[in-house]
Formats: sequence, structure tokens, C-alpha cells
Amino acid sequence: MKHTISVLVQNEFGVLARVAGLFSGRGFNIESLSVAPTLEPTISRMTIVTRGDDRIIEQINKQLHKLINTIKVIDFTHKDCVAREMALIKVSAEEGTRAEVLRITDIFRAKVIDVAPRCYSIEVTGTSSKVDAIIELLRPMGIKEVVRTGPVVLARGARMGEK
Amino acid sequence: MEMTGSQILLECLRQEGVETIFGFPGGAVINIYDDLFDSPIHHILTRHEQAAVHAADGYARATGRVGVALATSGPGATNTVTGIATAYMDSVPMVVITGQVPTPLIGNDAFQEADIVGITRPVTKHNYLVKDIKDLPRIIKEAFFIARTGRPGPVLVDFPKDVQVATDKFHYPDKVNLPGYKPTYSGNARQVEKAVEMILGARKPVVYAGGGVSSPEAGEGLTQLAELIQAPVTTTLMGMAAFPKKHPLSLGLLGMHGTFFANMAVTESDLLIAVGARFDDRVTGKVETFAPHAKIIHIDIDPTSIKKNVRVDLPIVGDLRDVLDKLVKRLSEENEGVSGLIDETVNWRQKIEAWKEEQPMRYEPSDKEIKPQFVIEKIREMTRDDAIITTEVGQHQMWTAQFFDFSQPRTFLTSGGLGTMGYGLPSALGAQAAFPGRQVIDISGDGSFQMNSQELATLVQFNLPVKIAILNNNYLGMVRQWQQLFFKKRYSQTIMEVPIDFVKLAEAYGAKGLHASHPDEVEATIRRALEIDGPVIMEFKVAREENVMPMVPAGKSLNEMVLAS
Ligand SMILES: Cc1ncc(C[n+]2csc(CCOP(=O)(O)OP(=O)(O)O)c2C)c(N)n1
Ligand SMILES: [Mg+2]
Repeated sequence: MKHTISVLVQNEFGVLARVAGLFSGRGFNIESLSVAPTLEPTISRMTIVTRGDDRIIEQINKQLHKLINTIKVIDFTHKDCVAREMALIKVSAEEGTRAEVLRITDIFRAKVIDVAPRCYSIEVTGTSSKVDAIIELLRPMGIKEVVRTGPVVLARGARMGEK
Repeated sequence: MEMTGSQILLECLRQEGVETIFGFPGGAVINIYDDLFDSPIHHILTRHEQAAVHAADGYARATGRVGVALATSGPGATNTVTGIATAYMDSVPMVVITGQVPTPLIGNDAFQEADIVGITRPVTKHNYLVKDIKDLPRIIKEAFFIARTGRPGPVLVDFPKDVQVATDKFHYPDKVNLPGYKPTYSGNARQVEKAVEMILGARKPVVYAGGGVSSPEAGEGLTQLAELIQAPVTTTLMGMAAFPKKHPLSLGLLGMHGTFFANMAVTESDLLIAVGARFDDRVTGKVETFAPHAKIIHIDIDPTSIKKNVRVDLPIVGDLRDVLDKLVKRLSEENEGVSGLIDETVNWRQKIEAWKEEQPMRYEPSDKEIKPQFVIEKIREMTRDDAIITTEVGQHQMWTAQFFDFSQPRTFLTSGGLGTMGYGLPSALGAQAAFPGRQVIDISGDGSFQMNSQELATLVQFNLPVKIAILNNNYLGMVRQWQQLFFKKRYSQTIMEVPIDFVKLAEAYGAKGLHASHPDEVEATIRRALEIDGPVIMEFKVAREENVMPMVPAGKSLNEMVLAS
């Protein structure tokens, strides 16, 4: 099963390597990983999407927690949360497909952020499945490149993950 | 007063109470060595950085204090890796300091540069690169704190040369501030309550104790619990010395080369109380059929150890002493429950006694050739109870675990988790440095001995009277045993073709060498060695193709052990 785990770490040199090394060294997989500082600049948040059975996920949570630089580990899988991912998609926009590309962009409330004579770059945000869906629809138009961030998550309501 | 980085380092060590360190110099630590010249800290020059780390490890295991090793950058640092990994697998508190090229050169493939922080990340509890002298005292403080608290482990501090010569005012912090590091010491009372219930309901309880009990305090808690509920105790290599083998409740070693009765007891038990153990595959055998009828209570300070390899019915995270004390206290209040339990488990203990009689730990004695097990029994008989025994890795290690009656905590130093050949001699060196007056004996194999035999020079130089018993079978015996049993006796590269004259080798280093090839000579050889006030090699030519039995073949269940070959 897919799990989204948020990890608050001290923003120190080598922390990313520790987390990545933990996953590779123990044979856990990382589907996506995004990292950026929090409001408190000495603390970063990593959002990791991983897969595994309950035993593996429990190990991942515990092992992450065991790292000295880890302040907090939150597994969002069974928590009420909002998740968003962003993708930038470079798709060809020829005479015959341009209108369709724009229509799809519109339906997904995505944005054209760069226009070249024969191609558009599109920005879309949403759940991972929404991003998957727009990519599938644009694929027949001729996608040249896709960059995805992997999801970031936030607990719903007034609760905070950070403190 | 302004001090240099290297002076600050030594002052930090002094404030941590460090008296002895083990190391090997080089360009990237030459400033530290210069300051050591006038320092009260005693430095032992090993002949290899791996040995320096094993020596610090032996020092730590024998004393319970943090061992300290020092090495130069590049090859010095990479040579420490096996020692660090050994300590990591066995949870040994240690701080390793490595020199590093000056910070402006880091990343440039400078002379003797190695990314030792990157290399040791997976084998340290934590590690540091000191980039600024202002961070140095805090880092050293944290390094010692992390090494010795929670589940202990090695911490590496990589110390660039320019930071060693930089200057700053010295202030040693008296507290650490590590928001992400808060080991759980206090066992949850509700979990303890559930454990009490499970224990009182058990009919075939077994205690399974690992390295977590190696401290005298935890060992005492273990003994109290076992005696109170009259439950038999089996241990791993790491937990072995914590529970006296002569104790009527002792089952000895569990697992691949464990006793028949320990493996049978665990297989039939209905409650397994795991204490500071981690269900290593050498212990569990085939994990699906491990303790198939038992509910499992797992007490450990490291939550990641729990449910890693086996299902657990009741986890209790906490310091063993705390949890065991709470358990003993609560159980002591349950007079009726406990006496009921003891009554109800009479049959169980009888069954175990019957197993012990049916298949005691034994070997075929001989009056023609020296049986390795005989040497080990003799060493036990002839040494003091507080003698410290180290081993290398192989058959001799397993025979030591099987046939040496350990009776005091911190007297058995062996590489359990990593299984590092070459561990025994340098760790004996470290233990002897900690306890100059105690008998320290490395029980060694002819193969393993050669992995760090250069340390004979260190023993001689520093007057460390370690006794080395080489059980010489002229084989990489343990591998040969596997080849015999599972590879049709195809002894591929396990025959040590070149006979080594270990007596001459000892003499070449200025140590004493003794030799025995007949059973009648064993006792006299050990006696002479123990009388000599300096390092001695005792070479015993032992029965070459003796096997370690019982044996649970890899991947088999504990009750599928082979009893004799
Ligand atoms: C550094 C290292 N290399 C290889 C091994 C694999 N190994 C385990 S036991 C053994 C044989 C050890 O031979 P010896 O020291 O003579 O002991 P014996 O088994 O003969 O008692 C070997 C090669 C190991 N444990 N450690
Ligand atoms: Mg051998």
C-alpha cells in the first residue's frame, strides 16, 4: 500500500543523504520525495511517498524516527489530510492539436506558462491522480517532457503537523 | 584563553573522563598527536587502525564506558570501517575521531581524502564533520552523549586539519540539546501490567536474553525476574555472560549452534520473554517456524528492533533495568499468582531437565588428539571467574560459547552481529588496557589470528599480558565445516596450506610462544602461560576436522538441528 510520510528534520548538512541512505540500505523504496525548509529555517520538511506492507511501513516510520536529526515523523496514510502535487508538462501544440491541448488545460484548471511556436508548457496542481489523468489525456498530443514534484501534504483543519 | 582545535578536542576528552585512547598517527592528525605528547591522556599505538577501533571496542565492552579511537584521514579513516561496523552491530559505545583534509580541499580529491562521513553513515549511530571550531565542543559533547545513551553505538567525528589549528575560546557545554533524540527509558506501566498478566498465565515460559542485558544492572534485573518466576533463560552470544551458565535455570546458547534444550524449549514454549535481543537470523533459524506456539513479549530500548523480524504480541520499549525492575516489583506483589505459576510450571521445568539429560552439551573426548572443546574447558577451570575472554570468529568462537561457563557480566567479548575475524586480539588488548590486573585471554583460530597478528607488537610495547590460545586446525574451520556438510567436502580455499610456526611468530615480536600437540600437554601449557608476566601465544594443535554441534542448518527450524556429524 502507498503511504505518505512527512518528516521534520534539522536542516543540517547530510540529512537528505541519511534519509535516502536509510531507504536504499534497508531495501525500502521511495516513490517520491520533496524537501524544503519550513517557516523555521533550521527545520526542513521532507514528504516521502513509499510503498510496503504494514511491517515495512512500521519499520520505515521507526527507522526514520531513529535518525538523530529527525524531529518528527507523521504517517499521513490514515490521517485526514490534503495532498497536492505539481507537474510541468511540455506538450506539442501543432495546428491540429492546439485547441485540444487548451481545452484539456482548461478542464483541469491548469495553466499555460510558456508558449513556443510548436509547443506549450503547462502547469498543473492537484492530487497525484489528477496529475496522472491530465498526463494521460495529453499523451496523444505528444508530450515532450514532464517534471513532477511528488506530493506534499498538510493535515486538515487547525491541527498542525509541525509542533 | 584561546586554544587550538586539537587542544580543545583533548580537553573535551578529558572532561568526558577519557583516560586511554587507541590510535595511529598520520598527516591529518599530526597536530592532535603533537598535543597528545603533553597530555595526561594515555595513547596506545596499535599497528593498524582497524585494531585501534576493535581495541576501543574491547575497552568499552569490558568497562561499559565509551571507547575512543583516533585515526588519520583517507586510508587511516577507511581502515576504521570494519571496526566501526563491528561495534555498530553489537551496540558498543564508541567515539571514533578521524583527521580530514583542510575544509577548503574537501571534495577536491585531495591527498588522503576520503568521505568517511559518507562511508560510515550506515554503520554509525550518528556522525559529524566539524566545519567550524565553534561547533567542536558541542559536537564532542553530543558524540559522547549519543554513543552511550539509548541503544549505545559508535559515533564518528571527522575533524579537518584547518579546524584543528584554528583557535577559539574554550567552553564545554554541560548539556546537550538534541530535539530529535529522546530515547524512551521508562517502560509503559500499562504494558508492564499486560506483561504481568501474560507471565502469570504462561505454562511454558522462556526468557531469551540478548546483548541488552550485558550491563551488570540489566543482568541483575534479568536474574531477579527469572528466579522469581522460575523461568529458564537462554541467551545469545551477546547476552551470554550476563546470566551464569551454572545457574540451574540457564539453558545456554540459543540458535544455530545453541544447545538442544534451548532450541527445544523455545520451540515448545508458550511465552517467550525477549529481553534486549533482536531476533537475528542466526538465533531464530527459519523465522516462520520460530517459537511457533509462543506469545512474545519483547522488551527493548530500540523500537526499531521490535517487530523487525518476528511478530510480537506485547512490545515494551524502555531501559531494561527500568522495565525489569517494574516487572519484578509488580510480580512480587502477586504472591498467589506467582506461586501458582511456579506450581503450574513444574512439569515444564522437568521437561527441560529431561532434555538436558537426553542431550547435554558434549563432545567426544580423546586421549590421542587435543579436542578444542577440552582446551576451552581447561582454560575455564584454570582461570579466575573475572577473566575476560575474547574470541575471533569461527568454530573456536562457537565452542567458547558452548563450553566456557561464563559467570560474570562483561567477561565475554566477541563479534556477534558482524562476525569479524580479527576482532579477538585487538579487543583483548583494549580490555587488558582497561584492566591491567585481570586475566585476558583471546581464544583464537589459526585463520582469524592472522587478520590482526601485528597487534602482538602493541601487546609487547605496552606491557599488556594478553594470553592468546590458538586452536590450530590448519583450516578456516567453520567454512570447512559448511563445505563438509553442504558442499560434498569440496574444501575450496579453506585449507591453510602453509603451516605457521606460531611459537616463532610470538618470539619474533618479543612475546612468548608455547606449543601443545598432545592432550597431556594442555594443562601444563595453560599453567605456564598464566604464570608468564607478559603476552603469550599458546598454540594447540587440535583435532582438525572436529565440527561444531548441534547445528541448525541455515534456513531450517530450531528443532531441526543436527546433533552430531
Ligand atoms: C573478516 C572475515 N572474513 C571472512 C569471514 C568468514 N569466516 C567465518 S569463520 C571463518 C573461518 C575462521 O577460521 P579460523 O579463525 O581458523 O577459525 P576456526 O573456524 O578454524 O576455529 C571464515 C573465513 C569472517 N567471519 N570474517
Ligand atoms: Mg582454524
